[in-house]
Amino acid sequence: MSHAAAQGDGTVTSHEKIFTGERRAQLEALFAKYPTRQACLLPALWMVQEARGWISEPAMAEVGEVLGVTPAFVRGVVTFYTMYHTHPVGRHFIQVCTTSPCGLCGAEETMQAILRESGCGELGATSPDGRFTAIEVECLGACGFATPILVDDDFIEGVTPERVPGILAAYK
Amino acid sequence: MGYPHPSHPKETVLLSKYFGDPGARTYAGWIERGGYEGLRKALAMPRAEVIEMVKQSGLRGRGGAGFPTGLKWSFMPKDEGKPHYLVCNADESEPGTFKDRELLRWTPHAVIEGCAIAAYSIQAQTIYIYIRGEFTEPWRIMTKAVEEAYAHGALGANAFGSGTRIDVVLHRGAGAYICGEETAMMNSIEGKRGNPRIKPPFPAQAGVFGMPTTINNVETLSAVPHILTRGAEWYKGLSLSSPKSTGTKLFSVCGHVQRPGNYEVTMGTPMRDLIFDMAGGMRPGRTLKALIPGGSSVPIMTAAEVEGCALDYEGIVAKGSMLGSGGVIVMDDSTDMVRTIWRYTRFYAHESCAQCTQCREGTAWTTKVLERILSGRGKQEDLQLLLDLADNMTGKTICVLSDSCAAPVVSGIQKFREEFDAYIAGARRPVLAAV
Repeated sequence: MSHAAAQGDGTVTSHEKIFTGERRAQLEALFAKYPTRQACLLPALWMVQEARGWISEPAMAEVGEVLGVTPAFVRGVVTFYTMYHTHPVGRHFIQVCTTSPCGLCGAEETMQAILRESGCGELGATSPDGRFTAIEVECLGACGFATPILVDDDFIEGVTPERVPGILAAYK
Repeated sequence: MGYPHPSHPKETVLLSKYFGDPGARTYAGWIERGGYEGLRKALAMPRAEVIEMVKQSGLRGRGGAGFPTGLKWSFMPKDEGKPHYLVCNADESEPGTFKDRELLRWTPHAVIEGCAIAAYSIQAQTIYIYIRGEFTEPWRIMTKAVEEAYAHGALGANAFGSGTRIDVVLHRGAGAYICGEETAMMNSIEGKRGNPRIKPPFPAQAGVFGMPTTINNVETLSAVPHILTRGAEWYKGLSLSSPKSTGTKLFSVCGHVQRPGNYEVTMGTPMRDLIFDMAGGMRPGRTLKALIPGGSSVPIMTAAEVEGCALDYEGIVAKGSMLGSGGVIVMDDSTDMVRTIWRYTRFYAHESCAQCTQCREGTAWTTKVLERILSGRGKQEDLQLLLDLADNMTGKTICVLSDSCAAPVVSGIQKFREEFDAYIAGARRPVLAAV
């Protein structure tokens, strides 16, 4: 089932439902773990992002419908948390920790190398080939292993500018 | 142990004994290492006795505030018929702190066991373990460990045949430092924006889903099984100084040291030993300039203040800072203190949930004023402006995020004023472009 919806830029896109079949069952299995449906919002948003790569407005509306909250409420939550994408990103998403402890140990040089080698050029941008999007992230909680980066779900420690080309080569 | 380095003779390894040992991750491996004995023992004891034992041990919260754990548990109402909840705070994201990540990924069953003992004591049937979204590996390891614990009957409707229900739900965060604050975490579990709540009501009265709730840090809960198996007196004896600081503490040491890592020491160990022996001291030719002892939210200490400082709650307070989370950020003489402090305030400005004006505006303006100074356009009155902002950000908001932003600014200006002055006087080359 799909329905047309207006995107932020005014274009109308069709939205293929996300919570059908197995994924719907997966979400409903979570209902028993919390006393309210609303509490399943963060897990549901993770499921959307896993399925589609980002969370569109129609997807927010669908989540709201399934959990019994308004699309505006869902949007408020989505935009509060930095890990949810509200626009499409590259095939691989890179997060580089540049908070002070890593900053003391060369994180900014590592970040520059990532921006250069990935082709992203600047923070938040996607490389022209659509392969990477790179952002700076605040403290990844691995300060003793500067510089830690996350590529998709892979947590990589001790990244130096020299290691960057080799690391990125593994992501096609 | 000083993971990823071998254990240092000055350490006392209790929680960190199996860091780096994948065999400890499985249920069978944990049982072989004496695991789940503490939970079995607790389940056979009256609840009040378990709480009393933890009280007697002197265990205090390892997440930052240092509140006595047994006392916190005792605040939970008894037999009033409402569901109770335990929340395990695994949202580790205080800059400089990386101990809980190791506990989660090397000793997941210690975390589960500690959670189960706490849940039993406070009559909670459901435990939410809130793991920050970025901790992908700990998430996978904890997911597997929880499945195994259910399969072996440590969790579920009848934990170890005791007739007590103990369920664990892993809840994944999605990128927000503030969710480490306990009331923000409760909102996040409820599917809301992670805005801290006004206290009172305190979580023990009205916490997650409006029900009595206790929130404990991963390291605090990981210490609990040891107290159950070896006794409160034994745990209390693991202190070299203040009787108010007991047991062992994991210190994450990072920054300009030769061997960054997690070191576990008995409370009261000299701070100097941690920095210069265990963590290997400074790089060749460098000297210690300053450090932040308890995660970025506590005041900066100078090298002189490190001398004679005992690593315990009281010892660090005596030197003008706080033990906090035990995240020790070391800075040598090559460090630009103004730039480093700016990078901290930028963190807080980014992470402010923005509901309190003092924090939303204060963290942003503090960062902008520091950027002005770093771009060579600072004025002498900017330092007083920063201190005034800090004053308005301290003790005036719902949570302590804005206080945390003010702490390095105030201590930085007090202790390293000449570096600020050098930028303002044009004696130091600007490091940021003018905006």
